[in-house]
Amino acid sequence: MQQIIYFFQKFKYFLFFLLLEIIALSLTFNNLDFHRSKFVNSANNLTGGFYSQYSNISDFFNLRTENKRLSEENTYLKNLLAKKSYLDSLKELEFTVIDSSKFKQKYSYTAAKIINNNYSKQFNFLTVNKGQKDGISKEMAAFNSKGIIGITENTSTNYTRIQSILNRDSRINARLKNTNYFGTLSWDGKDYKTVQLYDIPRQAPLKIGDTIETDGKSTIFPEGILIGTISKINNGNTADNKVDVTLFNDMSNLGYIYIVKNFDKIEIKNLENNE
Amino acid sequence: MNNPLSTITLFFSLLLLQVLILNNILFLGFINPYVYIAFVFYFPLKENRIPFLFYCFLLGISIDFFSDTGGIHAISIVFIAYIRLFFIRLYLKKTAIDYPFFNLNSEPFGKVFNYVVTLTVIHHFIYFSFANFSFQNFSNVLLNTLFSSIFTLILFFLGAFIFKKKN
Repeated sequence: MQQIIYFFQKFKYFLFFLLLEIIALSLTFNNLDFHRSKFVNSANNLTGGFYSQYSNISDFFNLRTENKRLSEENTYLKNLLAKKSYLDSLKELEFTVIDSSKFKQKYSYTAAKIINNNYSKQFNFLTVNKGQKDGISKEMAAFNSKGIIGITENTSTNYTRIQSILNRDSRINARLKNTNYFGTLSWDGKDYKTVQLYDIPRQAPLKIGDTIETDGKSTIFPEGILIGTISKINNGNTADNKVDVTLFNDMSNLGYIYIVKNFDKIEIKNLENNE
Repeated sequence: MNNPLSTITLFFSLLLLQVLILNNILFLGFINPYVYIAFVFYFPLKENRIPFLFYCFLLGISIDFFSDTGGIHAISIVFIAYIRLFFIRLYLKKTAIDYPFFNLNSEPFGKVFNYVVTLTVIHHFIYFSFANFSFQNFSNVLLNTLFSSIFTLILFFLGAFIFKKKN
């Protein structure tokens, strides 16, 4: 017994050091695991409140670019609306269907402001100023008018942490625009402007400059959100058939984003798990 | 530097400096200084090291909270906090009797330089290895360590020079 007490006294600093390191290591491992990252993240009220105060000040410097982006998006949506009303007027000539029970909303969008943005690490996360109070939960899509940004991961009452597409754990279903050839989008951790598309079928007609968009196959992302353009095609006969994709979004300069809720997600998940 | 109030001030000023200003520098897209480790250099030497290790852990974990890095800052700062005494004995030749009178500013610059450079490089190497978390891109880890260490050291010595009390 005395030996044990003597041992503890002799090595107390080293043992305390080991204890602290083990705590920190377990937090690190937890953080890398998408489904268990709960403890240390910036979506709690203290750090989130801090960052939102900070971004209140720093936002003024980005107002000009943010306004420009918003007006571009407005123009795009106005054009879409004009096209749609023209098509509707054509339809009305032929037949009219008034049936409110056939109307169904599949997605709902929430606007949120980014209050903390990382893009230089290997595992990047963003924090936004909307949380459970605004109906945001785990695994919802985040994007802006230029393209995808990430997937929500962790929520508190007022804040949400988003796993950026610039995270080595991120996997997103993507396809070549106007076709049904799809692959998996992930990031190799090198350049924040370029992500990689893997496992796209070899027969897909890929060309440099082609657009990549999200595929409707996952329950997270709606169909057809832009991602980027192909910048390099690997012509070698490798198994993973890697394609480099340059993002439309400048991930280092993000302001307001949308978070998408899919109302059918639970139904689809239940159906898939029933087997 | 020996009263608790200045230690607390140092703790919070380094934390806020790191998370609100230095984490956003990203010179050339990836080079970032981590000046908060100055806490380890300036914390007074004491016989009982448990509070020191604990405060360092607290500082590291607070920075982790802000920068979404799990516990990586905590791992690296606790490691250099633990091995600090070894390098103080090695470079500055201090024994237990000298601890209460120890002051980094009154030591010769060459010895302080060696001591600070060694701990900074070790800290940055551990930090970037854990941030990378695989053997892929290992050259990136080494490059990041090198450039960020240089940046940190420049900022640290500039700060130490500016805040040095004139005797």
